[in-house]
Amino acid sequence: MWFPRLASDRVLRLRPVDAPFALTLRQNNTERLYCLNDRAEAAGLHRGMPFADARAFCPDLHSAPAAPPRDARFLAMLRRWATRYCPWVGFEGEDGLVLDITGSAHLFGDEAAMLTDMHARLSRAGLTVRLGLGATRGAAWAFARFGGAAFRAGGDRDALGRLPVAALRLEADTVTALERLGLRTIADLAATPRAPLARRFGPAVLMRLDQALGARAEQIAPEAEAPHYGVRLTLPEPIGLVDDVMAGTARLIDRLCARLKDNAAGARVLCLTLRRVDQASQQVELRLASALRDPARILPLFERGVGAVEAGFGIDQMRLEATVVEPLAVEQLGSIPRRGGGGGGDRIEDLINRIGTRIGLENIRRFLPADSHIPERSFLVAPAAWSRSEGAWVALRPRPPILFRPEPIAGTGPRPPGQFRWRRMGFDTARATGPERIAPEWWLEDDGWRTGVRDYWHVETRQGRRLWLFHTPQNPGWFVQGEFA
Amino acid sequence: MSPAFRPPVPLRRGRVHEACGPGAMGFAAATCAQGSGQILWIREAWRAKALNPVGLSLFFDPHRLLWASVADQTDALAVAEEALKDGAVPLVIVELSGALDLREGRRLQLAAKAGQTTGLCLIPEGMGSNAAETRWYCTPLAAAGGTDSTPMRWALIKNKSGTLGTWDVRWDHAARRLDVVPPVGERPGPAPAPG
Repeated sequence: MWFPRLASDRVLRLRPVDAPFALTLRQNNTERLYCLNDRAEAAGLHRGMPFADARAFCPDLHSAPAAPPRDARFLAMLRRWATRYCPWVGFEGEDGLVLDITGSAHLFGDEAAMLTDMHARLSRAGLTVRLGLGATRGAAWAFARFGGAAFRAGGDRDALGRLPVAALRLEADTVTALERLGLRTIADLAATPRAPLARRFGPAVLMRLDQALGARAEQIAPEAEAPHYGVRLTLPEPIGLVDDVMAGTARLIDRLCARLKDNAAGARVLCLTLRRVDQASQQVELRLASALRDPARILPLFERGVGAVEAGFGIDQMRLEATVVEPLAVEQLGSIPRRGGGGGGDRIEDLINRIGTRIGLENIRRFLPADSHIPERSFLVAPAAWSRSEGAWVALRPRPPILFRPEPIAGTGPRPPGQFRWRRMGFDTARATGPERIAPEWWLEDDGWRTGVRDYWHVETRQGRRLWLFHTPQNPGWFVQGEFA
Repeated sequence: MSPAFRPPVPLRRGRVHEACGPGAMGFAAATCAQGSGQILWIREAWRAKALNPVGLSLFFDPHRLLWASVADQTDALAVAEEALKDGAVPLVIVELSGALDLREGRRLQLAAKAGQTTGLCLIPEGMGSNAAETRWYCTPLAAAGGTDSTPMRWALIKNKSGTLGTWDVRWDHAARRLDVVPPVGERPGPAPAPG
């Protein structure tokens, strides 16, 4: 099953255009045509041509930017649809599917009837498709792409032998080299002695030939269905009370957690969609500090979000989906104490979850050490839910527990001023320890350090407060940056 | 001499205490250092002063610190109540910017009692709540000794279950220990020369 115009068909299904149409993709700094419909091809355009040239050839060309990831998703959807014909469906490149219909063709009558059905359904959906049927995967590929007609129920060796060597899934330069040798069709290639071929072109040519002729087996790997973590509850009568909604949520969570447990996974982000009678829907999103699948721990976290939902005339459908899922191995109960927390780790994660529903999970943070002499960069701030505390804290020289933005004070000279005013308070310097010179990290841009190197002084004042002052010798000035306890 | 030789620290569990004055941060750091287990430090996001974990590491291991950044005082109190009631975190420190009324202070007390945790509010001067168990006024003192000493004066200005008092203390960075410095008149050593 080959979709020669998968990308443009996908866009045109959503928004039909009765004109030449092309998708453009930016490659090597140029907009190039990525996929075009048949009217554009009839106008003489081809793939890979610069978009500016194409517009000059064909002034009424409609275009849209290409989105290859969405094409891949569309193909995955088609793959799922194709399981209506047989259970073994795999991808063939970026724009094809391969189906192993052994043993399932009789369900549709015979092979030809099955291909007619496929073609009819896909054409009705607005997709250009070329089908090939062969005894081997290689033969089917060859018939689909080079078979000529819209679909081809071939499979015999003679029909395959008449196809060009390009139908063997070979590299383009190998194909050119074979044609220069006069080997134009597969039959020519099959009649050639094998040993010189292998010496000249390597094993790939013979492997593809054998695969097409059936001398070597080739599997079709069906994609595994990704587990779907969504459950739904449809109610015969609308509900509106918070207790009722929570009871419904509890049922959904039980089902979802059972499914998560089967797959040894835990939910990280949950999304509860409540659909009202008037078709409006509201979402409650819940982000968790760690992967969880314990219904009793998740349910209370929904209380705050569900309480804020406007029920209107009532809610008649609830849907719970785990949008972000992480692997979570099954643990033996109470045997191994958790690292670091000494058994309290779960309780702290629960607490973080509960606080996170109020102030946002990313606002609960922890400090991590960083390797830098710059005081502001000697630590990192990371959300507690997405980080582990690791690394050693090293304070080679005393550092103040409180830092603020440098606040200028009056002072001249390289020694700390004997008297100064800071925050409208007067201070007398009793003792100054320093200087400790810290040079800016020139490889990082930092506006605060444009004034050059800093000489830090630990100043104890007669008034009692101990301040962290610095002097910038390259741009003379004195600043207060921190306060010692 | 002070009524008791040592100040009543570590702070009593199951209660909420208050600290104010220019040395309140040092008091909080020393309080963190005397306990074990995680610490939740709640502060409002707009504050310009930032905690420096490298500086705090002279007092305790900053890995013990969780820091919740909240939008306003209402959120700060709600988070503090939740954490105190839960009991997973033995010490909760809240930096407050406005006054607490009796109802809010009492709710914090009840939450701390339910979770058997300690709460410490760092309050602006003169804005304490009547419900607080103790209130400390902390000021740094001019140093008299070596460079690593950090003398502080901790004045207990409110105490629900005991007497008031004033202590001069010193945090020993090397031993991570709180030393109580005797008042000047009773220090051992040669008596000051008369006249």
